This record gives sequence, structure tokens and C-alpha cells, in this order.
Amino acid sequence: MHLNYVIRRVVFLFLVIWMAASINFLLPRLTGRDPIKEQMLIQIASQGRKREDAQNMIDTYTRIFGLDKPLWQQYITYISNTMRFNFGYSIINYPRTVMEIIINRGRLTLPFLSVAIFISFVLGVLLGALLGWNKTPQWVNNIVVPPMLVFSSVPQYLVALVLIYFVAFRMKLLPMGQPYPSTMMENWSDPKFLLAYARHAVLPILSIVVVEASGWALGMRAMMVTVEGEDYTTFAEARGLKQSRIFFRYLLRNAMLPSLTGLALRLGFIITGSAVAETFFSYNGLGSTLGAAIGQFDFFLLYGIVYIMVLSIALATFIMDMVYPLLDPRITYKAQKG
Amino acid sequence: MRGFIDYVKRNPALGIGMSMLLFLILFTTVGRLFIDPQNAYKQTIFLNQPPSREHPFGTDAQGRDLFTMMVLGTGMTLQIGAIAGAIGLGVGIVLGFVAGYAGGFVDTIITSLIDIWMTIPSFLILILISTILVGVDLKVTEMGLIVAIVSWAGPARAIRAQVLSMRERPFVWMAKLGGMRTLEIVMKELVPNLLPFLVMSLSQSVYGGIMASLGLEALGIGARREPTMGMTLFYVNYYSAFLLGLWWWILAPVSVIVLTLTSLVLTSIGLDEIANPRRRRKV
Repeated sequence: MHLNYVIRRVVFLFLVIWMAASINFLLPRLTGRDPIKEQMLIQIASQGRKREDAQNMIDTYTRIFGLDKPLWQQYITYISNTMRFNFGYSIINYPRTVMEIIINRGRLTLPFLSVAIFISFVLGVLLGALLGWNKTPQWVNNIVVPPMLVFSSVPQYLVALVLIYFVAFRMKLLPMGQPYPSTMMENWSDPKFLLAYARHAVLPILSIVVVEASGWALGMRAMMVTVEGEDYTTFAEARGLKQSRIFFRYLLRNAMLPSLTGLALRLGFIITGSAVAETFFSYNGLGSTLGAAIGQFDFFLLYGIVYIMVLSIALATFIMDMVYPLLDPRITYKAQKG
Repeated sequence: MRGFIDYVKRNPALGIGMSMLLFLILFTTVGRLFIDPQNAYKQTIFLNQPPSREHPFGTDAQGRDLFTMMVLGTGMTLQIGAIAGAIGLGVGIVLGFVAGYAGGFVDTIITSLIDIWMTIPSFLILILISTILVGVDLKVTEMGLIVAIVSWAGPARAIRAQVLSMRERPFVWMAKLGGMRTLEIVMKELVPNLLPFLVMSLSQSVYGGIMASLGLEALGIGARREPTMGMTLFYVNYYSAFLLGLWWWILAPVSVIVLTLTSLVLTSIGLDEIANPRRRRKV
């Protein structure tokens, strides 16, 4: 792999992270509103929070973020805090820190989300490859493709809504929401808990798989047609290779490459989409916490979650960029311009 | 007309997509003749009524008539998409043409900017922007303008790639040799040749705009009093319509959203067929 390419991607990764952090810094300051004070006033009025507590918190923030210092100095403090994952305290759940909440909620979201992305990708690629294969009869395509087209164009929370109604409410096959029964304690070493978690994760995973697998299958199907026309496929057939070998080693492997790039581009969409889906499932994960933070104007929590999401997407994209040249040896990044 | 019908037979995606879109537009315009717009806002005592002759789509938990809400909301959601899509495409055209045609340093700057911007999910940018607007009562037009903030990057990137490939074609050289100025070449040679592609980009960015607005509204950010599709979803969740088994309240917005998004995707596919006739795809 070309060193120049690696350096470019690393620089790009840092630019993305830096830009996300800067947007977080700039936006609240552009408005001239003071979220802490506003929130404190609301809390003093509605929840009877003690005045000393509130003042204490305002002081803490002023100290942490150095809000009394000049803007450029604030900026440097902010960026260095962000790089060390120090997002301060949640306004609503004071004195819990933002990072604490993100870890607590994130560990409920991460397992089901990664399983869902993995299943959708593998299933979508295989399904698309089979549909695009010239040995598959045309009528199968005629039946399967139209619904796939519909599924791939709607957001996953729409599918989630329908699934919750039919599967969970009507047929009572699966729980309607929440990451685990409210009678249980969160304990990841307890197999009973893991089983309950898996059962509760089925519908959220399914809603992602239905949408994303259809999308990848359609893209893959189109790519298969192109690959089937290539000379090396004709040559492989002329050599009398086994059909299974042609399918997996010649067609699938080559047609899959654009789907991998697609995965990187689609990741942000899946993660934000599942954030909305989580609120429909009343799933106590990172996504619904983001939704709640918006509703409760918990700005620091909001900025923290947004930053973490951008960071994980940027990192995933980076890893994908690093793996891609290994999968496709034809690519050399020597003269890659623009 | 005859030629058009013949063409649609060869390009069914365009035909189906356009007729679905036409149906939605008729639904929201002609539908208005049969409704009293007040019913989409007025809270009545007829809560959670299943579909009946008086309320063809039923009523929601605030007693609002769902048919009226759908007729008005379809138009509003399309309006948000249209505003966001048009602005996004406009900015995208300018950036795409500048980057693609100027090349060199300008191109590198614009492309890197687009790449960085696209890695940050637009939905998260929108959430951050909306935090500025906390407590502000948004209108449908303003919602469209907000979504437009993130709608330019996709079109800009796609248009740049197209311009790049078209810049070196013989007819552009001819125009250059003929003494045309750059702006003239862009307006008279490039834009007309890219027209089908630009229309496809428009339909894609309208789709993107509607998608983004749905997500934001489903989280409660948007014109909260208006019966847009996303806001309807928000209230479905807010009043736990599925816990109460109010299937009609879920069915109505889901059907409208599926129709809207599918029609836009099909139209894009159909237009893509016109824009890239070499890449004939069967759908």
C-alpha cells in the first residue's frame, strides 16, 4: 500500500474530527445564548433545584471551559478537552458526566447495531449476487425486486413502526421495545440477560436489515450484470470451471467491491436512522438518549453524542479505506487526483 | 404524446414514478376541495376514531381528522423537499461547475470540503443547527431552508464528476476554439448537455431533503403544529399509537411516506436512464 495514500487518509480523518469538534464549539457561540444559565433557570423554576447547586454547576462549567477567557483560548481548551473525551457534565443528569452516560447507553446500542450492519451487508450482497446471476430465472427477479426497491427507499424507522405494530402488538411474538425487560438488571455476564437482550434486539435489527439489505442487494445486482460481461468471466466459463467457483471467486468477489465503498458511505445514514428508530422502540440506547437530549435541551450531552457518532463513523470509514486496497489488488493509489 | 407513451413503455420506472408523484400532487391539491383545513388543527372530542364515512382515515389522539392532515401534510412535506432540493441543487450546480471546470487548486479545495462535509452525517449537522432554534416555532418554509443547509454536497460532487468528464469532449474544444468565453461555454454547451442529469439530481436531492426532514420531525424538531408527515410520526410515537392499537393512525402517514419516497426514487432511476443511456439498467 502506498505510504502517500495512508498519510492522506490519516490527514483526512483528523480534518473530519476537527471539523466536527469545531462545529460543536462554534454553533452555541454563534447564537449568543447561554445554555447552562437557561437550563438552570428552568430547573430552579420547575424542579426546585437548589440555587447553590445551580450556581455551583455554572461555576464548574465556567472553570472547565474557561468561559471567562478570550475566545481563541476557549477554543484551544475546548478542542483539547474534546480530544480527551472530556465533554463535561450532563445538564439534566448532573453530576453524571457526558462520557459516563455515553458509555452506559452506548453499550446497549453497539452490539445490536453492529450485528444488524453485519447481517444486512452479508445478506444483501449474497442476495444481490444471486439475483444478478444469469443462472437465476427472470421471474424471481420480477417478484423480489419491486418490494426491495420500496424497502430500500424508505427510512428504517418506518419499517420499525410497522414491525412494532404487526409483530409485537398484533401477534405478540416479540417485545415491543426496550433493550431488556424492566424487571432485569443489566449484567452482561449473565446468560439469561444476554438471551433477553437478544430477544429484544430482534425487531430493531430486523428493521435495519430489511432496509439496508434491500439497498445493497439492488446495488450488487446491478454490479453483477457488469461483471458478467467481463472477459475474465467468459474465459473462466470457457475453461469449464465449476459454476460455484465462477460465482464466488469470479463474480461475487469482483462485484462486491463497490458495495464495500457503499458501506462506508451508508454508515452515517444507518447510525442516525437507528437513532430515530430507537425512540420508537423506547430503546434506552445512545440514539434515544440523543432524542431525549434534544427534547430536554441537554446541550453538552447532545454535543458529546454527536461528536462520538461522527468519530466512530470517521474511524470506520478510515478502516474501510485501509482495507479496500488489500481486497482489490488492481487499485494502486499512486496517481489518485481528486 | 404518442411518442411519450412509447418511451414510457421502454422506461417503466419513469412512468410509474411520475404517475405516483402526479397522484400525490393531485391528492394534495384536488383533495383540498373536499376538506376544511381547520380540521387538521382543531382539537375535537372525536378522539382515536377508526375510519368511518365522516373520517375516511380516522382521527388521532387529539381528535384531528387524519384525512385532512394527510391532504395538507403531503403538500407540506413535498414543499419542504422541493425547497431543500432546489436550493441544494442550485448551490451544488455552482460549486460543481466551478470545481469541475476550474480544476487544479480550486477543485482540490472544494472537493476536500465536500468530502469532509459528507463524512459527517448531515442528520447530525441538522440536529446541531436545530439546537440553535430551540423554542422557536418553525414554519414549513423555514424547515425547508434548514434542511437545504445540508443538501448541496451530494449534487455538487455528482455534478463535478459529470463536468469533469464533459470538459474534455470535442464539442467543448470546438467552442473554445470558436472563441466562446468560459461562462458562455458553461451555459450554452455544458448545461444543456447535462440537463437530464441535473433533473435527476433535483429529484435525488428532493428525496434527500424529505428524508432528512422526516428524521428531524420524528424526533420533534420541526413545525410542531403543522400536520407534516414527520410530525405525524412524532405524535404517533408521542401518544404510543401502537400500544393503543390505532392502526389507521400508523397506516395513513406510512402509506403517504412510502408513496412519496418510492415515487422520487423511481423517477430518479428513470431519469438516470435518460441521462446515461449507455448504462441501461432494468428495474
